[in-house]
Amino acid sequence: MSSIQIILVVIVAFLAGMEGILDEFQFHQPLVACTLVGLVTGHLTEGIILGGSLQMIALGWANVGAAVAPDAALASVASAIIMVLGLGNAANTTTVISTAIAVAIPLSVAGLFLTMLCRTIAVPMVHFMDSAAEAGNFKAVSGWHIAAICMQGARIAIPAAALCVIPPEAVTTALGMMPAWLSDGMSIGGGMVAAVGYAMVINMMATKEVWPFFALGFCLAAIGQLTLISLGVIGVALALIYLGLKDMIKNNSGGPSSSSGDPLGDILNDY
Amino acid sequence: MAENKVVLSKKDRISVCFRSTFLQGSWNYERMQNGGWCFAMAPAIKALYKNKEDQIAAYKRHLEFFNTHPYIASPIIGVTLALEEEKANGAPVDDVAIQGVKIGMMGPLAGIGDPVFWFTARPILGALGASFALSGNIMGPILFFLGWNILRYAFMWYTQEFGYKVGGSIAQDLSGGMLQKVTEGASILGMFIIGALVNRWVSINFAPVVSSIEQAKGAFIDWEALPEGAAGIKLALEQYSALGATGLNQIKVTTLQNNIDSLIPGLAAVLLTLLCCKLLKKNVSPIVIIVALFVVGIVGHIIGLL
Repeated sequence: MSSIQIILVVIVAFLAGMEGILDEFQFHQPLVACTLVGLVTGHLTEGIILGGSLQMIALGWANVGAAVAPDAALASVASAIIMVLGLGNAANTTTVISTAIAVAIPLSVAGLFLTMLCRTIAVPMVHFMDSAAEAGNFKAVSGWHIAAICMQGARIAIPAAALCVIPPEAVTTALGMMPAWLSDGMSIGGGMVAAVGYAMVINMMATKEVWPFFALGFCLAAIGQLTLISLGVIGVALALIYLGLKDMIKNNSGGPSSSSGDPLGDILNDY
Repeated sequence: MAENKVVLSKKDRISVCFRSTFLQGSWNYERMQNGGWCFAMAPAIKALYKNKEDQIAAYKRHLEFFNTHPYIASPIIGVTLALEEEKANGAPVDDVAIQGVKIGMMGPLAGIGDPVFWFTARPILGALGASFALSGNIMGPILFFLGWNILRYAFMWYTQEFGYKVGGSIAQDLSGGMLQKVTEGASILGMFIIGALVNRWVSINFAPVVSSIEQAKGAFIDWEALPEGAAGIKLALEQYSALGATGLNQIKVTTLQNNIDSLIPGLAAVLLTLLCCKLLKKNVSPIVIIVALFVVGIVGHIIGLL
């Protein structure tokens, strides 16, 4: 990679790192991060394909409450860089992409520990904000907040810069040393890992009431002609119908009197 | 006394909305989003309080514990802005009331934000973008990025304005039926989509061959007996469309996967997902499960099961 490309990659990594905590613009999502790394290094198409594949795995990863999900930011940036290094050495495109996908998972776990570290370092930082506010130094309050954001950016930018300066030959040899049974096994494992993300989501939302909708979605998905959009429309329709019916039942039974529709009840009530 | 009432201009409110983008920037294990919250409120504090002591008090008030879904914070910010405005104009709104509204709204609202944004909107938009991207189409990432950010900014601005307009009454409003309905609707849609995604994107393939049967004559294409040239191709294709994929070879191979799929396609995926649910409920760390799945994948591949 040329030095300009390295600088651009580090900027992309910085944005991804910031977003890993902010969760606003979604620069850390594989679909965006891998595409950008691909764009600045001249491997746009490969970047998009890698991003799409990783996005499928990372669909259910989300930070909920104080819990942190596997880190999409480090996974997507670092695996994209590894892919670019591999491609630079004129290796086979498909193998490079599938190996990049396989290394992304352990990277996401490594990123998780970095995130937890940063969130701990942020504790003294908000204490500095406290004392700055106490002293009436409001610029410093905002300054510390911005410093904390930059720390999160550096969390990804530094590993990314380190990866960029490693000679590409080293990466390709390392990738080449990986035996086929290991990389095949890992991609099989990768196919199953998505289940963990979905399980986290399900545990968040599941109540007795909504399990049947899970079953419906599961069975309907087997029909290949239904795209995700049409499944989405079916889901919205089901939700509206269900809530509507529930409302009707509530209004009927919770009404002021049961005078309509139940003559026998009326007579009994009159006694 | 109250003849010149201080109000927040639209510019102040836009500034607060923009800065609330960075709400989670100094997320920490002690008070979570407190730094970002204070960072977002800064323009409003500056506009409302002219006196340095009042400003310091306001800063300290907004450095208290806060944590919710980052976008859902917007209506809470709106309500807080309205309360702060009243306070600046001399209304008896004390610190406890402001903190109470913040804490009171953040829990139930986060309960909407997580399923709606993280578990419904993002998986759907992400899967849509990814399905374009898998063929190397640039529309995938663009669609995802633009779609998400337009949705997000529109939501943040309008709900902040909504919160600001209705002020204190929003807290009671939301604890009523509306909130519950939105949450319920979102979890119905969410569960439905998750069910579909589990089927489509969790992949398990059991490799072991259950049976291989030699098919009777006529159940497969007899390649040796085909006439020469184009006529042979035509005949082969005709037989293929009648016999299906099993007609290609004389030996019909059935793998374990074929048998499972004939029960319900994707049954193994859903069982695995339910197992993960169970393990997570038992407080097994997701990282442990992920690592274990990789080990299962590698070992399973070596012994020829997967």
